[in-house]
This record gives sequence, structure tokens and C-alpha cells, in this order.
Amino acid sequence: MLPDIAFLAEVMGRLLPGVPLTLTLASLSVGTGAVLALLLALLRASSRAGSAVVRAYVFVLRGSPLLVQLFLIYYGLSQFPAIRQSVLWPFLRQPFWCAILALSLNTAAYGSEIIRGGLRAVPPGPVEAARALGLSGARLYGLVILPLALRQALPAYGNEVVIMVKSTALASVVTLMELTGIAHDIIGETFRAFEVFLCAGAIYLALNAVIARGVTLLERRLSPGV
Amino acid sequence: MDLSALGLVGFGPGGWGALLLRGAGMTVLVSATAFVLGILLGALGAWAKLSRSRVAAWLATAYTTVLRGVPDLLVIYLFYFGGSQMLTGVNRMLGGEGFLGLDEFTAGALAVAVVSGAYQTEVLRAAILAIPLGQAEAGRALGLRPAGVARLVLAPQVLRVALPGLGNVWQMVVKESALVSVTGLVELMRQVSIAAGSTRKPFEFYAAGAVIYLVLTTVSGALFAWAERRSNRGLDRAGARA
Repeated sequence: MLPDIAFLAEVMGRLLPGVPLTLTLASLSVGTGAVLALLLALLRASSRAGSAVVRAYVFVLRGSPLLVQLFLIYYGLSQFPAIRQSVLWPFLRQPFWCAILALSLNTAAYGSEIIRGGLRAVPPGPVEAARALGLSGARLYGLVILPLALRQALPAYGNEVVIMVKSTALASVVTLMELTGIAHDIIGETFRAFEVFLCAGAIYLALNAVIARGVTLLERRLSPGV
Repeated sequence: MDLSALGLVGFGPGGWGALLLRGAGMTVLVSATAFVLGILLGALGAWAKLSRSRVAAWLATAYTTVLRGVPDLLVIYLFYFGGSQMLTGVNRMLGGEGFLGLDEFTAGALAVAVVSGAYQTEVLRAAILAIPLGQAEAGRALGLRPAGVARLVLAPQVLRVALPGLGNVWQMVVKESALVSVTGLVELMRQVSIAAGSTRKPFEFYAAGAVIYLVLTTVSGALFAWAERRSNRGLDRAGARA
């Protein structure tokens, strides 16, 4: 069976307009999630109570499927009049922002564990040296500990970004027409699942390859003298 | 939250407890089927990656790269729609007529198995590499055939080293099985959605669904931790033979 080039080209032409939405979902949720992850990691290191709260958060978000979390936000929240009358409702009634919220909260749980690993990998020497130079508190964290920790966490965080790009596919079940949503529609119209999978898969792999390359370049830039 | 929500997910009259429990059972069944098939695929993949055949190694690398790089949902669509596409095609070739569908359970379990197999490949490959070469040599020196070396000497040790990784993949499989709900298979996620729709209480039911998934992942996590402790009982803390 020869590949039907004309059909593959047509599928590609219909899928590519979905890439911007996939990338928007991924970048917004990775960005928001990373900020939240950092706050969670710091809270976890701060006190016993903070640590317990963050551990519970991570346990719940990592122990249940992202799809349940998304449906809980998308279908569940609108059930409460208090939320329907709040200032957040213009956002929470839209599938786009529900997807961003679910993806961000989910990646923040995984991200906080990655950053925690980075914090634990900071060698004691530079921290002692910084203390000897009179740094403490926010300046010690901002100038010494966090740069070292984030550098350590970068490779693992790169994997998390790739996972998030894949996770944006779930947004299609709340009506958002990103890559996987469009792919599903084309399969429904043509019943040619293999060809559509081939095209959509190729696009995802290309996106992942670009991200992996970007993370490697960033790692190299952040490794002075190597 | 008022107490009527507890009645909704309970086992009394008008409660959805029994149906949710059946859904959870189906989730465990799909996950277990996919997990076992995934281990077989992973063993095959690990063998191919470590084999001297370049073609086999290349194929295994392509398999793990593609399946770990595309969304699971897309793979589920491929198996659900593509499986029917293939069955119908084969049926036509044999002279049959009409449309043949792959059932939701088979399509879903196969899709999750193929994805988890890609992760199992890496887990098992690393575990095989962690076994010293001398172990296989010693087995051969004792006169065991290659199959005997694999089954009696290598497999038990590989399994011990691979257990933490296998546990991670199992957790992933349980959560991924929720995506199979898009095919209409009534597992936990689908059952929760049905209940949420017909009672108009989505929050209570999706929250109950999340809690049941947490119970499943926590209980199985504890089981894997127990299995790990048990498989390490002959070793001291540093990992050396006691």
C-alpha cells in the first residue's frame, strides 16, 4: 500500500493551524505552573506546617488523573452559585482558562518536586561562603541558592515541559480545537486513523525535539567554563 | 457540603456506590491488562535495544521515541479508530462486508499497553544493565542453557532492580486508563461522568472519582513498596549481599 501523499498533505494543512493553540496552552500553563512550583518548593522547605500542606497538595495532584482534575474544574466549579457570581466567572466559564488552570495546578505539583530535588542538590560550600560574606535570607536565596538549585533542576524540568505539551491534548475533551482535537475530527470524518496519527505524531515529535534542543542550549549557556 | 452528597456516592437506595465500585473494578482490569502486556512489550523492547542487531535496536529506539513523545489520547484514538479500520479492511479482503469495530476494552488496553511498554523498555533495559556480566557467565559455567540463564539467574535479579521503575509505570497506567473513557468504556472515569451528568452534581462525583483514584494509587503504591522491601530482604542497607 503506497502512502497517499495528497491526503497526508491535506491532513497536515488542517492540523498545523492547531499548533498555536497547543503551544499557547503549554507555554501559559508551564509558565504559571513554574511560578507556583517554585512557591510550593520554598513553602515545603520553610516550616513543618508548610511542608505538610505542600505534601498533601502534591499527593492529591500526582495521585489522580489530570482528566479528573480538568473535569472537576470545568464541570464541577460551575455548580456553585458563589463561583458563578464571582469576579472569576468570566474566566472559569471558558474551557480555555479551565484547561490552563488544570494544567498549571497539575504541573506545579510535579514541578515543585523537581525544584525540591534541585534545592537538595545545592552543595553546602557556596552557601557557607555566601553566609561568610554576610548574605542571608532573601538575598542568600536569590543570589546563591536558587540559581544553583534551578540550574540543577533544569534537565528534569525540560522533561516536564515535554510532558506538558503532550498533556495539552486533554484540552480537546473540553472542546478546545488544538492538535489532538483537530486530529480527532479528521479521523471521525475520514476513518483514516493511521494517516492522521502519522501527521499529528510527527508534529508533536517535532515540537518535543525543538523544546529538548532549547533546554540543552540553555543548559550549556548556564554551565560557565564547560 | 451537605450530607446528601454522601448518600449520592453511598450504597443506599439512590446511591451510586455500587456502580462506582464496578467502574473502579473495570479501571483495575484495564490497567492490569495493559500493565502485563506492557511488561511483555518492554521486555521485547529492552532485548532489542541491547541486542547486537542494529535493525532491532533502531526499531526499539523508534518505538520508545514515538510512543513517549506523542499524547496518550492520540494513541488511544489510533487504536480505537485505527483498530476498526484495520479489522474492516481485513474483513473486506476476506470477502466480508460492512464495518467491524474493535471493542473499547481491547482498543483501550492495547493503547495503554503500547504506551507503557515504551516506558517499561527503559526501566527493564536499565535493570538488565545493572546485573553484573559475571552472573550470566556463572550460569553458563554451571551448564545452564541460555533460556535457563535468563529464567533462573537473570530474571529474578532484573525484577528486583526494576521494581521501583515498574511501580512508577503502574501508577502512570492507572491514571492513563482514565483516558480510555473517551472510547465509551465504562471504567471509573466514564462512570463518574455518567453519574455527574444524570444527577447534575458534577463536583461531588468528580471529587469522589479523584478520591477513588487516590485510593487506588496509594494502595498499589504501598503494595509495590512492600514487594520492594521483600525482594531486598537478602540485602543489607548498602545493597550488598548480607
